[in-house]
Amino acid sequence: MGISRRQFLGWLGAAAGTSAVLGEKTEAASNKVFKGYPGSFGVLHDTTRCIGCRKCEEACNRVNELPLPKIPFEDLAVLNTKRRTQSDAYTVVNRFINNGNMQPVFVKSQCNHCLEPACASACFVKALKKVSTGAVVYDSSLCVGCRYCMIACPFNIPAYEYNNPLTPRVMKCTMCHPLIEKGLLPGCVEACPKEALTFGPREKLLKEAWQRIEKYSDRYLDHIYGEHEMGGTGWVYLSGRPFADIGMRDDLGIQPASSYTSGPLAAVPVVVGLWPVLLTGIYAISKRKDKISEEERIEAVSRTKANANEEMKAKLAALKDTMTKEKEAAINLEVKRALEDAAKKIKAEQPESAKDESVNISGEEK
Amino acid sequence: MDTIFYTLHDFLLHSKSVTYILIGGILIGLMLFWIFLTGRDEKKRTF
Amino acid sequence: MSQETAYANKSIFTPFNIIASIIIIAGLIVTVLRFTKGLGTVTNLDNNNPWGIWIGFDLLCGVALAAGGYVTSAACYIFGLKRYHSAVRPAILTAFLGYALVVLALHYDVGRPWRLPYPVFISQGTTSLLFEVGLCVFLYLSVLFIEYSPAALEWLGLKKIRNLIVRLTLVLTIFGVILSTLHQSSLGALFMIAPSKLHPLWYSNYLTVYFFISSMFSGLSMVIFEGSLAHRYFHNKMDETHLKESKDVALGFGKAASFIMMGYVGVKLIGISIDNNWHYLTTGWGAWYLLELIGFAAIPSFMYAIAVREKNLRLVRWAALISVIGVVLNRFNVSLVAFNWQLTSAERYFPSWSEIVISLFVVTIGLVVYRFIVTRMPILHEHPDYQHDN
Repeated sequence: MGISRRQFLGWLGAAAGTSAVLGEKTEAASNKVFKGYPGSFGVLHDTTRCIGCRKCEEACNRVNELPLPKIPFEDLAVLNTKRRTQSDAYTVVNRFINNGNMQPVFVKSQCNHCLEPACASACFVKALKKVSTGAVVYDSSLCVGCRYCMIACPFNIPAYEYNNPLTPRVMKCTMCHPLIEKGLLPGCVEACPKEALTFGPREKLLKEAWQRIEKYSDRYLDHIYGEHEMGGTGWVYLSGRPFADIGMRDDLGIQPASSYTSGPLAAVPVVVGLWPVLLTGIYAISKRKDKISEEERIEAVSRTKANANEEMKAKLAALKDTMTKEKEAAINLEVKRALEDAAKKIKAEQPESAKDESVNISGEEK
Repeated sequence: MDTIFYTLHDFLLHSKSVTYILIGGILIGLMLFWIFLTGRDEKKRTF
Repeated sequence: MSQETAYANKSIFTPFNIIASIIIIAGLIVTVLRFTKGLGTVTNLDNNNPWGIWIGFDLLCGVALAAGGYVTSAACYIFGLKRYHSAVRPAILTAFLGYALVVLALHYDVGRPWRLPYPVFISQGTTSLLFEVGLCVFLYLSVLFIEYSPAALEWLGLKKIRNLIVRLTLVLTIFGVILSTLHQSSLGALFMIAPSKLHPLWYSNYLTVYFFISSMFSGLSMVIFEGSLAHRYFHNKMDETHLKESKDVALGFGKAASFIMMGYVGVKLIGISIDNNWHYLTTGWGAWYLLELIGFAAIPSFMYAIAVREKNLRLVRWAALISVIGVVLNRFNVSLVAFNWQLTSAERYFPSWSEIVISLFVVTIGLVVYRFIVTRMPILHEHPDYQHDN
């Protein structure tokens, strides 16, 4: 356990440069660069040395106590078809024949133990995590079995026990984490007869890899796969052929997976902070509008009521007026007639009594 | 407060966890504050 | 209770009942297989394709189509559009059933369903968008249950609790909108962690926005679509207010959906432009993308517009149906069709019969429970005791 606890954490002043590389605000805002656990281990896989003997597969199967496959490991015919990691095979070797005259290239694939694992970032119960030895380990006592880690892994590594009905686990290489903790080599590295696999602190492996590239520049491409891919991986690869030709994607980019999701994740708290304000505001405005329109309605009703009253009064007064006039006219007519009658009577009898009667009648009307 | 984070993942895990708890508090706090804010004018509104 | 006897007299062997019972029996058989033999036996899932239609349809479409709950309650209680009040209860009920069924379907899909509460209560993986989705769905299902409960409480005659809950309406509605905003958009963001696997036309930094906006018109369309079905089968359960308002609801919601969909088309184009993905449009994937965007978003938006201008209820309903299909198509494209697009066709996923059976089984349970509730509880009509206090 030669892990020195040196603090690799540094602060970067050039905020602009950092955010241009890292992109998302949440991390750029902190101005931090995370360099991974200091002294964490990795494996260098030199594909130019691999002979496809499948000894690593056999060792892996033994160390991890996986069920023995039907076809024995000595049978190299399985290399004729492309394989991927399975729940009972944490590592597989594939053969790539691109140009007929060239020698085949063998590539071992297993969990790359990313520095910033997509699977751990995707796991909603923290069942997967990167530990200080450099291994990405899995805790089946927490796993719900949602398989989001398998969606997230850019290398399509985690496998699932689909035929286990009630306690299925996600299965993948552990970098032999229990062995590393005991100071032992991972099973596959131990078993490799050609030193195609080199175990050690990742920093040293990168230096070693660059030395090999410089020394044998015709043998290797000028690229270490995994040095930066997806934010860097614990397992790094050397090849003489373009990595895209040997089944390794060269379009993954150098951003860690968690940087793709940090944007939407950062939106979550802001929505929780702002939505209540916005929604309550809209509610208050609509409620206030309701209130104003209600008040206006009431006012309008009372105004029409008042108007109606006045109109009624005016109408009544007018009616009264005309009625009085008509009546007066009628009375006057009657009075006239009575006077005429009386005048006739006076002519015949006494003039006094008829005059009194007319005064009485008009007095009553008023 | 001086926790050292070696990986971005650890940093995010920590900051998100704290933030999730915080936003729960903010949500409840905002609700209570609204009640406080409108506490007086509520009575006038009856009509 | 007279309804029940009426049903009994009508003979239980209606076409619906016969088909529903066949599906439920088939579903129960597959259920037994799932929990005795495992996912490998009943599904076509494999290590390259860990998510199938139980996620693509039951989860993604289920949640999107249940968006009517938050949209309708927000329109009525927050935006103050009281004339849509009669649409709120049916929408809340469908949303509640929708989310409950999403959770039911998840029990089939995840490996150890009894651990589904783990992310909330035991071990919080807060860096995961699935945690966000899980937390929100858990909380929103609770909110929807409370929002729905007055109908059940009125039916049971528990006035006191009912009145207490009705007083919480506004708070619950605001909570509902917040939670819906978050998990609807986060469902899209689930796929943002895998830019190398999702086709660039569907992968975008705006995936959250796309999913959120499409959930709005998905919810509106679903309310219209469902309303037209309810009119056909539960007409006798509707009261005068509901019948009077339903045309207004359909036209108003159609108008909103139309405009939101046009906005959605605009935002999708912005997404292509910002990532400079125009050249993909000339490929086969581009044709499929344009079919989704034009055939199932732009065209139904236009149909809605014409229908609203002409006050054509039939056309509104057709537009709603096409919009709903469009949302399903979009969710399928993101989660299944355009996902793992770089794998060879032999490595791609196609659902097995038993997966389809379980999806149908879940939908059928939803229909049966919906019918049970609607024929008994005051959903499509108001309870006579509470007619004036909403």
